[in-house]
Amino acid sequence: MTASSSPELPHPNSDVCISIQNATISYGDFEALKNVFCDIPRGQVTAFIGPSGCGKSTLLRALNRMNDLIEGCSLHGRILFDGADLYAPDVDPVEVRRRIGMVFQQPNPFPKSIYENIAFGARINGYNGDMDELVEKSLRQAAIWDECKDKLKESGNSLSGGQQQRLCIARTIAIEPEVILMDEPCSALDPISTLKIEETIHELKKSFTIVIVTHNMQQAVRVSDMTAFFNAEALEGGTGKVGYLVEFNDTDKIFNAPAQQATQDYVSGRFG
Amino acid sequence: MRYSSIERSAEGIPDLSYKSWRKRNISSRLLSFLAGVFACMAVLPLIAVLIYILIKGVASLNIDLFTQLPPPPGGSGGGVGNAILGSIVVTAIATMLAIPIGVGGGIYLAEYSTGKGFSQFIRFGTNVLAGVPSIIAGVFIYGVIVSTRILFGHTFSAIAGGAALSVLMLPTVVKTTDEGLKLVSNDLRRAAFGVGASHFVTVSQITLPKAFTPIATGVVLSIARAAGETAPLIFTALFSPFWPNGIFEPIATLSVLIYNFSAQPYDVQNQLAWAASFILVVFILALNLLARWLGRIANQ
Repeated sequence: MTASSSPELPHPNSDVCISIQNATISYGDFEALKNVFCDIPRGQVTAFIGPSGCGKSTLLRALNRMNDLIEGCSLHGRILFDGADLYAPDVDPVEVRRRIGMVFQQPNPFPKSIYENIAFGARINGYNGDMDELVEKSLRQAAIWDECKDKLKESGNSLSGGQQQRLCIARTIAIEPEVILMDEPCSALDPISTLKIEETIHELKKSFTIVIVTHNMQQAVRVSDMTAFFNAEALEGGTGKVGYLVEFNDTDKIFNAPAQQATQDYVSGRFG
Repeated sequence: MRYSSIERSAEGIPDLSYKSWRKRNISSRLLSFLAGVFACMAVLPLIAVLIYILIKGVASLNIDLFTQLPPPPGGSGGGVGNAILGSIVVTAIATMLAIPIGVGGGIYLAEYSTGKGFSQFIRFGTNVLAGVPSIIAGVFIYGVIVSTRILFGHTFSAIAGGAALSVLMLPTVVKTTDEGLKLVSNDLRRAAFGVGASHFVTVSQITLPKAFTPIATGVVLSIARAAGETAPLIFTALFSPFWPNGIFEPIATLSVLIYNFSAQPYDVQNQLAWAASFILVVFILALNLLARWLGRIANQ
């Protein structure tokens, strides 16, 4: 992914974990998201909500350079992680993803044993402590230890959907990232599993910064401290829509007293 | 720290730069380089052959090459006109034999068979036939057509040559027809049945046109393979230094001409063999490009 940015960086603010400064993301010539300014606070859960096609997942992927895997995707503007420009030319995307982990919409455990799922990430990043202890700690934090402590050697695919997603979360926290990005983690799961994962997110908030994209507004209310509402507007040319950030504020302000009419319309269910 | 790889600079800004001294980055670069080397080595034989033939053959490209008969041993001048015509004739006969049988067989396998027993045997037999050495196909046709004089008393003939080549083309055509028809989604067939079409009408007017491109691509590729075969033609079409005299007589072909002339001790013949090689390679390249172009117009 290519980026253009200005040379001097501002001094990092310790409350802001990721600072998105005038980010515009395009797929080839098509602009998917434009002029986003957003400061993601540390140690809190930030939710990205909005209708389909407004660029939330695109922006989420841009935060840990996953968009590099998509051909033709480019970013203009800057994204700073603790003051370091993520798109500077000498940045190694592997180092970025080491610190900013991701949980995907479809649970995707490795076709290895549950133990190996957790141990793999730890091992390739040079973990030199007690692996058994790390596996147990990660599975406990993801609230799945009780369900699989007797079957650590069984395949990760033998778990149910909700358990697989929690295994993926455990896998992500085992490498001790600073930020966890979650791209609609519960959209493929039933309500009980969703509830368990939301409880997990509450626990994880104490040690990680979390950014979650969700279609479910009630989930955003339950889980997040800050919410960013994105919308998409049709282009003048008539071909496609471009996404933009409408409002970014505390969750209860967004849902109870939004400043923009579009936000009010969306959260009250009038569209989307 | 349990993880030794996370570093921050003095002001607490994370160090995200690419560390080229890390073991995993070194091994990554080394293996990428090796993979590139192997890819080049894989493509090298093709490039070497093409360049060599180009250099040797293009020197003698002139209009005589396409319009004149080969000279007698010890003579000079001449061309490979009869061989070009002969290759086209023999390939055309092979195509006319292979397409109906191959496409028909593929249609049976994909549309009419139950997938058990007989059709399993046919599919397996087709796979085996694909691996049969080309000289065996030639010997087979020699035994069936040439030595029995079944073609109104004629022995070596263009038809026999075409038959031998069609044996080689058949497995590819059957397989690509089978696969191409299987790719057509069942929704389309159900739609046709839903408006009351018979099985035959469904296959001929709905399914087959939809699968036209993979079938055409497979046919063109099998033609490209057959056009370059030499061994089957040696026993069946033989060779003739004259213009084609009807399809019941021996006929000259580019591949057999190359085989014969490159072994002769005369420079003129050797040069003609190089020129014929060049023409044959260009011909096969053109067929392959045609197959790719056919494949592309499907995706539009």
